[in-house]
Amino acid sequence: MQNIDLTKRLYRSMLLIREIEEYIVKVYFTDVIKSPVHLSIGQEAVASAVCDVMNHDDLVSNTYRCHATYIAKGGNLNEMMAELYGKKDGCAGGKAGSMHLIDIKNGVLGASAVVGTTIPVATGYAFALKQEAKKTGKQRVVVAFFGDGATEEGCFSESINFAALHNLPILYVCENNGLAIHNPIQNRWPTDRIVERVGTYGIITDQVKSGDVFEMRDRTQKLMNFVRSGKGPAFIEIDTYRYKQHVGPADDLNEIYRDLTEYNKWYQNDQVDRLEKMLPEEDVVAIKNEVQALVNEAQQFAEKSEFPKFNDLYSNVYAS
Amino acid sequence: MLAENVIEEEKTNLREITYAEAIREATLQEMKRDERVFLFGLDVDDHLGIQGSTIGLNKELGSDRVFGTPLSEDAMTGVAIGAAMAGLRPIHVHIRMDFVLLAMNQLVNIAAKAHYMYEGQVRVPLVIRTMIGRSWGQGAQHSQALHSLFMHIPGLKVIAPSNPHDAKGMLIAAIRDENPVIFIEHRLLYNTKNYVSSDYYSLEIGKARTFTEGKDVTILAVSHMVIEALRTQKLLEQVGISAEIIDPVTLYPMDYETVSESFKKTKRLLIVDNAWLTCGLSSEVMAKMIEMLPEGIDGKPLNMKRMGFAHTPCPTTRELEDYFYPNAVTIAEQAYQMVTGNKLDVSKLSLEDAKEISTFKGPF
Repeated sequence: MQNIDLTKRLYRSMLLIREIEEYIVKVYFTDVIKSPVHLSIGQEAVASAVCDVMNHDDLVSNTYRCHATYIAKGGNLNEMMAELYGKKDGCAGGKAGSMHLIDIKNGVLGASAVVGTTIPVATGYAFALKQEAKKTGKQRVVVAFFGDGATEEGCFSESINFAALHNLPILYVCENNGLAIHNPIQNRWPTDRIVERVGTYGIITDQVKSGDVFEMRDRTQKLMNFVRSGKGPAFIEIDTYRYKQHVGPADDLNEIYRDLTEYNKWYQNDQVDRLEKMLPEEDVVAIKNEVQALVNEAQQFAEKSEFPKFNDLYSNVYAS
Repeated sequence: MLAENVIEEEKTNLREITYAEAIREATLQEMKRDERVFLFGLDVDDHLGIQGSTIGLNKELGSDRVFGTPLSEDAMTGVAIGAAMAGLRPIHVHIRMDFVLLAMNQLVNIAAKAHYMYEGQVRVPLVIRTMIGRSWGQGAQHSQALHSLFMHIPGLKVIAPSNPHDAKGMLIAAIRDENPVIFIEHRLLYNTKNYVSSDYYSLEIGKARTFTEGKDVTILAVSHMVIEALRTQKLLEQVGISAEIIDPVTLYPMDYETVSESFKKTKRLLIVDNAWLTCGLSSEVMAKMIEMLPEGIDGKPLNMKRMGFAHTPCPTTRELEDYFYPNAVTIAEQAYQMVTGNKLDVSKLSLEDAKEISTFKGPF
């Protein structure tokens, strides 16, 4: 039986990600956003499903394709848009841009443009949360998002090993969209048995291939319960698909690295469309109106905010 | 050695201890004071304990706070950064500086930038302890002094103490600092001794130390080269030349005021780096002096020279290694030339033995 509240919640989260990013697509040509953008349109379900089983005081560590996780975790939308506009009121005063969104208050740990680099940082944060739980009795967790390409970086294996060795409260989520920049997975891996490989480090693993947002959430929930119990880390690989180009707002379906059959398969199974059909019309209308209002508000906030000044260039190089 | 250079401000509870003991004492005192501090790295919990500088700390403080790691420099640096962002204060130790190259991604791309890039939302109070190797055939990959790489990156602080007193006070300062600090030690310094207070004390990051006052030439020396420069000073004394020896201690941010004041007084500056010259600390100091003293001194162009490693990888055999490094005699020859214009005849001078080099047997 359908859980209507859950369906509404996931639909709202995914729609918000999509509409914010569609807004970015719409205005990108005007150059108000002067920063490379890596859009998650098509793969919103992963961020929405996983963040749905997180608490507000848990932390999410993301990648340069970080809009979806930032939004799904409850990052401040106005500050996100102002950051994209390079404004002073942005989540990082205009110094971070699209690739490095952060909102510590809402549990968004920040991101790196260098693939895989945030995985050990998230692991270290989890190390500190384990120490914290000894005093507070409450186990907060970190969820580290990364793409399939990042699992090829050495620091991924190094981090998994360390987390397993120290039973750290971290869930590793591999968003497998089958493309690293423009290189399909078949060119990069001799086998697709990543879950098996990770399992040999002695951590529990799971995999979702269906693209079904509910299945993603249920499977993640089980692993999350395990991680939160303090027994150790877990890893989940979730298949998904990106509709847009690697960086930038355009479709690149005409480019030869794409497999159009694959694209169509995922497009037919679009989770935003699917959940929209599952909900009563009045709920859909209400959610669409709410999302549109939030996008408008973020736009206005970003437009009204000032650009940083000369002195801001030199602020926060060193902490005191 | 260095006993004659007892540091002025510390008069109480002085004992003569080694550089390694000073680092261990600083770590222990700071870890007892602040439970957020933890120590990790390969061999920090080994029976040899990083030349003795971490020995027994895991027993005293527990393996939750002092522990060894897998051989994963890149990820372990990221772990230290993440833990620091979450409010802990990690000390991450590398048994040789060359291994830090495996961690450059984390240090340059995350540690140095996080506070700035995220507009102050996170801070990375992290200490990277690392060791320059030398002698007994350490070879090309265990003898590198890479401080200029770190000095180049905004967001990092770089410290290279030359003696036990400074090592203790600067390590405590580094642990308390809110930024990532690269703390550079030297293999030949661990057994050197001077007088160190058993009290808590921290020294100021960014302040140079003037060891001996002089009027004829300023010698700015780094890390182990400070020891060589102090021997040089005694050689020069025998031929009537008084050298002022300055140790910057902090390489970034460097105390250029102390250097330029001394330079203005002696009118000659000899920079002796414990590293290569090209694009290095010595180039930077020379450039800085030109910026600070654009009119020269007394209307004359600035009189500066520099010495450092030969521009080769470090050879293993002692025969070649001796040519690779500056030493008390070659430094004295250069300084004498600058002051008198003549060649120094060292045959009649009495030279102090470089015991830390001649007695070094390894194997580590």
